[in-house]
Amino acid sequence: MIKVENLTKTYADFKALDGVSFEVQKGEIIGFLGPNGAGKTTTMRILTGFFPPTSGKVEIDGFDVFNDPVEVRKRIGYLPENTPLYQDMEVYSFLRYIAELKDVEPEKKNQHIKNIMERCGISHMKNEIISRLSKGYKQRVGLAQALIGDPKVLILDEPTIGLDPKQIIEIRNLIKELGKEKTIILSTHILPEVAVTCSRVIIINEGKIVAEDTPDNLENKVSGVAKVIVTVRGGSPDLIKTRLQGINGVSNVTVIKNHAGLTDLSIQSEKDVDVRDKVSSIIVQNNWGLIEMHRETLGLEEIFLKLTKKEK
Amino acid sequence: MHNILTIAKKELRSYFLSSIAYVVFAMFLLLAGYFFTVILLYTQEASLKGAAYNIVITLLFLIPLLTMKAFAEERRQGTLELLMTKPVTDFEVVMGKFFAATTMYLIMLLTTVVYVFILIKYGNPDMGPIYSAYIGLILVGLAFISLGVFASTLTENQIVAAVIGFALILLLWVLSWASSQFTGNMAEIISYLSLSGHYDNFVKGVIDLKDVVYYLSFIIFWLFVTVKSIEVRRWK
Repeated sequence: MIKVENLTKTYADFKALDGVSFEVQKGEIIGFLGPNGAGKTTTMRILTGFFPPTSGKVEIDGFDVFNDPVEVRKRIGYLPENTPLYQDMEVYSFLRYIAELKDVEPEKKNQHIKNIMERCGISHMKNEIISRLSKGYKQRVGLAQALIGDPKVLILDEPTIGLDPKQIIEIRNLIKELGKEKTIILSTHILPEVAVTCSRVIIINEGKIVAEDTPDNLENKVSGVAKVIVTVRGGSPDLIKTRLQGINGVSNVTVIKNHAGLTDLSIQSEKDVDVRDKVSSIIVQNNWGLIEMHRETLGLEEIFLKLTKKEK
Repeated sequence: MHNILTIAKKELRSYFLSSIAYVVFAMFLLLAGYFFTVILLYTQEASLKGAAYNIVITLLFLIPLLTMKAFAEERRQGTLELLMTKPVTDFEVVMGKFFAATTMYLIMLLTTVVYVFILIKYGNPDMGPIYSAYIGLILVGLAFISLGVFASTLTENQIVAAVIGFALILLLWVLSWASSQFTGNMAEIISYLSLSGHYDNFVKGVIDLKDVVYYLSFIIFWLFVTVKSIEVRRWK
């Protein structure tokens, strides 16, 4: 559906994008992840034909973005960064304007806009002036205008930024539902977002793609050492530590904290060794209480930090 | 064409959503009415000549106020990105905005037709120079608009756009003054390029093809530069 080849974008003395290539298949939800200034917005602006790249090629649904910009734009719905909207217009007349620009058939226009407003939960706001809406509703209007004309591809630049947790969940659910019928690229620097909504993640840093995989695979790939966290009741921290260190395969044990007779420890094992059964039997043999034990995997947050640090 | 109309319609509506349109209209009516009345009482002559000369001067100030928001406001709000990533071309956007400002101007100009009726009712005016003066006013107005829309692409700030637009229009209006410093072809080229020199004939009642061609090419040139200006700004 989307084919990006070797994109480069150079501003006067600054390389915003440096050889970015990726492909998106029909029906995928791609998370574009990166710190601020990594090149996410630049990539999206090039994808939508807002400005051309210094070099490289973009194809959407078989059309070249630079040779056929109008054809491409008919097929995409775009929510730009910071959700720009015509503040002095009413919600409905704004959406009608977009529908006219998107060449929605006049007979179907009203019904089409009505359906989209319902879907985005803004039907009751249709006669409000946009500048008077709350941030959450503005965001929904932004999303609604991207949906007009039933585009095959949605490009959303930070769709949940600045929203409260409830609104974020609502928008995410909406995006997930839209993903059933559309191809979606969304950018974000909020990590849980990609884990929740996206089928694939592209991590970009300083204009280059540093990783590209499913959220799960990324976690497995990057987390080298397995960590087990246990909480033990009874015994002295030092004794527990020494006993646990005696286990075959355990490389390091550290006491995280010790309070009210409970000791939290972090056990690092060698790669591919699962020490959990041994840990539990040692604790039980010593007549301590095993209160809690879980394996800690690296979250997307750590993966992200690891990947973006490596590049520097 | 469909897109141009859609954009023009929306722009026209947004003129009336802000107070600018009302203020510009009111000030234009005030000034034009003043010029018409004072000149009529002074000359006791059933003609639009004096008023037509002075109405142009008010346009020098007022038209940049009509065109200042065309692109500056879109850039400030970030909606230019929203608009330009819809299936429209740069040309359609520029023409849409140009037509919207043109419509506003023509409505404004239409209100001065009242003066013509007053002249007809109480006098016996020669209609020829009146028609030609209107053709001249329309051409000059559109020329100002094309330059004003261009000025609006240069900045995100409406006031700055208005100031630049006003300065450019005024400069090209009085460009002929510089021709006295040159001789031969150069002097002729400079006075030909000046906006004001081509207007006199229309007020006198002469429609010279040369003047019409001048204004039309002026308008087309600046609309072309406007389209290019948007294109260039996007490359940056």
